[in-house]
Amino acid sequence: MKARVTVTLKTGILDPQGKAIEGALKSLGVDGVASVRQGKVFDIELAGADKAKAEAALKDAADKLLANTVIENYRVELL
Amino acid sequence: MKAAILVFPGINRERDMARALKLISGHEPQMVWHAETSLPAGTDLVVVPGGFSYGDYLRCGAIAARAPVMDAVRDYAAKGGLVLGVCNGFQILCESGLLPGVLMRNARLKFICKDVHLRVERSDTPFTRGYNAGQVIRVPVAHGEGNYEADEETIKRVEGEGRVLYRYCSADGVVDEANNINGAAHSIAGLVNDKGNVLGMMPHPENHVEDIMGCTDGRGLFAGLTAHLDQAA
Repeated sequence: MKARVTVTLKTGILDPQGKAIEGALKSLGVDGVASVRQGKVFDIELAGADKAKAEAALKDAADKLLANTVIENYRVELL
Repeated sequence: MKAAILVFPGINRERDMARALKLISGHEPQMVWHAETSLPAGTDLVVVPGGFSYGDYLRCGAIAARAPVMDAVRDYAAKGGLVLGVCNGFQILCESGLLPGVLMRNARLKFICKDVHLRVERSDTPFTRGYNAGQVIRVPVAHGEGNYEADEETIKRVEGEGRVLYRYCSADGVVDEANNINGAAHSIAGLVNDKGNVLGMMPHPENHVEDIMGCTDGRGLFAGLTAHLDQAA
């Protein structure tokens, strides 16, 4: 089973990297960019076919390691 | 002093730390590998040194914070044992939940490697008793992610409880945005946990302890810890 965990910065957390990318896009002449926030994507392969178990394991992984919940939110998707 | 220095893959300041501790306390610290599940018997100071544990993969300090030895450190800290985390060590302590908040990318995105000035905010702690309150010391920093952030409520509580021990400042002790090298909330360079026994700081006091280094302002931190532990013994 394939899954994806997306980790994003919580609103209100300053994102200097996103700001730098935003500036770069503007200087490249890419139109219409209002703001950029940088996050992370984890593509994970799971053994077994139990969806509920997989979701629980992914949530566990995100809480324990993939995200720092002080500053980040995460979203779990089974693909 | 019976210091234990934690060693993770990618840590590179452990020998500087050991040299400084030996020089000032007279006792050789013990290196403790990250896979250990306990600390050496009688440990009275745990040091998490600087470097780039696990290449800063995922988030700086994130993987080291989940190493087996950190469970032992959590138990030891819960019993009131002293813990000092420097640079990557500070990041590891935040990621492990021993300190609140997080170290974000420096506000101006540059890796900063230079001497900075710190104002010692109080002198009545094991980590600062070698200094006077308000004293300005000069120590080096070397980090890309030292921008301390926490939610507003946490910052308010930390400040209210006087838990900020070191702040970035000018040579004459002025704390302002111009001297806040990495954009840290309230210019925080080092702070302690709610019980006051765990300190995390970005600057490297261990690199200013001998005349050959051009400055010995870092000695006070280790001298204070030594005096505190000798007194307790």
